[in-house]
Amino acid sequence: MMNVKRVEITDKAAELVAKIKLRHGELIFHQSGGCCDGSAPMLLPKEDFYIDESDIHLGEIADVNFYMNHKQFEYWKHTHLTVDIVQGRGSSFSLEIPEGFRFKVDSRLFTEEERIELGM
Amino acid sequence: MSYSKPNFQEKYGNFIGGKFVDPIGGEYFENTSPTNNQLIAKYPRSQKADVDKAIDAAREAEKTWSKTSVTERSNMLNKIADIIEANLDEFAAMETYDNGKPIRETVNADIPLAVDHFRYFASVIRAEEGSASELNEHTVSLIIKEPLGVVAQIIPWNFPLLMFAWKVAPALAAGNCVVLKPAEQTPCTATLFAEKTSGILPAGVLNIIHGFGPEAGKPLASSPRVDKVAFTGETTTGQLIMQYASKNLNPVTMELGGKSPNVFFNSVMDHDDEFLDKCIEGAVMFAFNQGEVCTSPSRILIQEDIYEKFVERIIARTEAIVQGNPYDMNTQLGAQASHDQFDKILSYIKIGKEEGAEVLTGGEAYHADGEYKDGFYVQPTILKGHNKMRVFQEEIFGPVVALCTFKDEAEAIEIANDTLYGLGAGVWTRDAHQLYQIPRAIKAGRVWVNCYHDYPAHAPFGGYKMSGFGRENHLMMLNHYQQTKNMLISYNKNKLGFF
Repeated sequence: MMNVKRVEITDKAAELVAKIKLRHGELIFHQSGGCCDGSAPMLLPKEDFYIDESDIHLGEIADVNFYMNHKQFEYWKHTHLTVDIVQGRGSSFSLEIPEGFRFKVDSRLFTEEERIELGM
Repeated sequence: MSYSKPNFQEKYGNFIGGKFVDPIGGEYFENTSPTNNQLIAKYPRSQKADVDKAIDAAREAEKTWSKTSVTERSNMLNKIADIIEANLDEFAAMETYDNGKPIRETVNADIPLAVDHFRYFASVIRAEEGSASELNEHTVSLIIKEPLGVVAQIIPWNFPLLMFAWKVAPALAAGNCVVLKPAEQTPCTATLFAEKTSGILPAGVLNIIHGFGPEAGKPLASSPRVDKVAFTGETTTGQLIMQYASKNLNPVTMELGGKSPNVFFNSVMDHDDEFLDKCIEGAVMFAFNQGEVCTSPSRILIQEDIYEKFVERIIARTEAIVQGNPYDMNTQLGAQASHDQFDKILSYIKIGKEEGAEVLTGGEAYHADGEYKDGFYVQPTILKGHNKMRVFQEEIFGPVVALCTFKDEAEAIEIANDTLYGLGAGVWTRDAHQLYQIPRAIKAGRVWVNCYHDYPAHAPFGGYKMSGFGRENHLMMLNHYQQTKNMLISYNKNKLGFF
């Protein structure tokens, strides 16, 4: 049985997701990369972002699916992610920005045990 | 000349149709300074209705603007450049307060480069010409460049006025009207630009909308009433904007960052001379603009046989960086642009340490004192590790560099290219063969050879791979803001004979 989660979310961040969901309906997280606000997860309306086999599904947090581009995943797959919030202001299209918060990821290495369970 | 925090109004408007106007919904957001976390002023929290109004103004202005002569447009761009230059200190002081970067950079780089950029496009548009080909005795093909119409531009917060100039100057030179959204972290100098240059451009030619990405950026980027979208930022939003553009079959240009390698071959240590001094500065360029540069040389690759001696010099130079009061001309490293960036950078340093990277210097937040104690400062940090670590692969956008060694040319090229991105790179050597061959082998749009972080106009800038496409900072950018009209003219009085 698979118990290891690749991505989790803090309570504070989950509350914010729930609040945004009331206003915007179904959502997805997509992990960004690159310039400026890159390296931060983006929360987007589900139907806005085209997801296909080039996006890896890392799991579900606060009832929202979390994806990452497969090329980026190659460099991230040995780390566990926790989505949290920090006060601030991104300049992307992520839905939490008007709330004065920004989602962020905190990372840690998977333990040996977790790696075995993930087949890595 | 001494510089200090500028004065601001309580709130500002959007710039639409040549006037400052309040947001239709009456909402504003608070813009704070990263230097001290204090309120600067309130800026419009625009919504779709404001964006539509700006597009209306641009569409109206387009009717006459698209017919202006290149001479008229060029003269206006030159006037704009003169005005920015005449007010350079005011622009610089404001940029420093809004973005957090030290005054020595805004005075000597950001603002003068923006001035030069307007002059460059004022010049090249005068010299642009179409072409005529006589395809046969009776047939002539004329190629004439036409403006696209109305372009949407979304710019980042790391070089607010300079990125504004990179986007606006070529678009206006080519005869387009513009609706631009500055980053919400740095709305100040775009507004100052509108104040100072008001009256030069006809009303509606340039419109500036403030607000948040999901509320104002999205309706702008997805509008079927714009003819092109230009964006600088991160990959997910870049992809999203391309999706919106695909619905309208609109062209786009994207600049999405990088993880640029800065490669030092052993010959740099052959002599202890001014060139070696330049190489050391070149390595420490990772701290330029607090590392908030798409092309930040955020990976240092050093040939292993000079590692010990060379890294010692880099560490010493890094530790000599002066941090703190951004208005002191001696300050070299200012504040990170926002609290979330500051937090992200520290989070990367943490995962770097956890992955086993060795902290050669820095590794913590920097605590400024006095007036700036609540600002967002990070110590310049060097992490030694290997290229598969996340700190080697992701754009941290802070004064943090990931450093590793390589054995030979082949390994240097392999590591340099082992990245999703391909925007910038640096190659440092005294070997004439390496000077040419290594830059050709690196998959990046800009390779600095024995220099770094130089951005003169007329040197094209843009990415390979996931760093995007389009080439700014060069007259070829005009093409990205133009249509090609082909007139195929027959001088033959006789019919073809098919019907």
